[in-house]
Amino acid sequence: MGDAALAQAGGPGTVEVHGHSRLQHHFDTLGQQKSAATLGMWVFIAQEVMFFGGMFCAYMVYRIWYYDGYVAGSRELDLVLGTVNTIVLIASSLTVALAVNAASEGRRQATVILLGLTLVLGLAFLGIKYVEYASKFELHHAHHAAANVRLFPMAGFFHVDGELAPVGNQMRMFMLLYFALTGMHAIHMIIGVGLLLVIMWMAHKGAFSPQWFTPVEMFGLYWHFVDIIWIFLFPLLYLVNRHH
Amino acid sequence: MSAYNAELEPEEYHEHHVPRTTYYAIFVSLMVLTFATVGLAFLNLGMFNVTVALAVAVTKAALVVMFFMHMKYSSPLIKLVGFAAMVWLGMLLLITLSDYLTRGWLMAPPIVR
Repeated sequence: MGDAALAQAGGPGTVEVHGHSRLQHHFDTLGQQKSAATLGMWVFIAQEVMFFGGMFCAYMVYRIWYYDGYVAGSRELDLVLGTVNTIVLIASSLTVALAVNAASEGRRQATVILLGLTLVLGLAFLGIKYVEYASKFELHHAHHAAANVRLFPMAGFFHVDGELAPVGNQMRMFMLLYFALTGMHAIHMIIGVGLLLVIMWMAHKGAFSPQWFTPVEMFGLYWHFVDIIWIFLFPLLYLVNRHH
Repeated sequence: MSAYNAELEPEEYHEHHVPRTTYYAIFVSLMVLTFATVGLAFLNLGMFNVTVALAVAVTKAALVVMFFMHMKYSSPLIKLVGFAAMVWLGMLLLITLSDYLTRGWLMAPPIVR
């Protein structure tokens, strides 16, 4: 595809790129095509709600049983890093919303810049998450070695002499759920970063126009959904019981 | 080659255009709610700590869904899908809770080293 032809697609009233219509043959209109894409994306999100819902359900059941372990485990997490990450992720949702807005108005450079900001914020989130994971590995490595409890970070909360800490086993379940939930969330973020690179490239090449920017909008829905998962994970993991 | 003709488009294509000030306002609200939920976690509200935390989280999620994800301006079909997702999630959590909270014989697994 020639750049000139792609750039032309940004002109008002144009849905043709290099002689190839953005309207696929099985749709009557662009509006119908976009409605189908949006419906498909929302059905996917509904499925994702159930996917994460299963893990939230496990979290809920064990929270009832192991409340003391949850309180102790939650205090092991870094509240400052968790709060900063919440701010970073919500800011990235704003930049994505603005990127969709820019694409819908045909502001090509603004679209690329806002998607780029989203990429930076997304990577910042993953970087902070890496720092958190790394500190958990380091902090509890000694405990593992002493108690011969291997492989998984925070697999056990043992004193150096190998004696089980109070509510140690309950904390273990909390930490397993912490790593499962935040890990699955991080995998979604990593997939999102990959999608973002593609969308940015397309935006840079001028593939989008006010008439057709569906990929930007669908990516936005995905990114916002991942943000919502974190909006629930943050209080449920970091704020179980911070008073007294 | 068919030229784009706006008049041929169904109504849903001409969607509501959200002004950017709305996005900024939602972002500020989300920030305020984030700091509020952290602050409230340090107050001893007894059994209501988790209620308050979840209420704030639900409010934040609703703001994101309604405005960032344009649910407020979406077609009834999209709203139905979003609603259905909430209903299924509600069934999963509530029916599970109804078992674990009301039946004494569903005990936590014994702690074995």
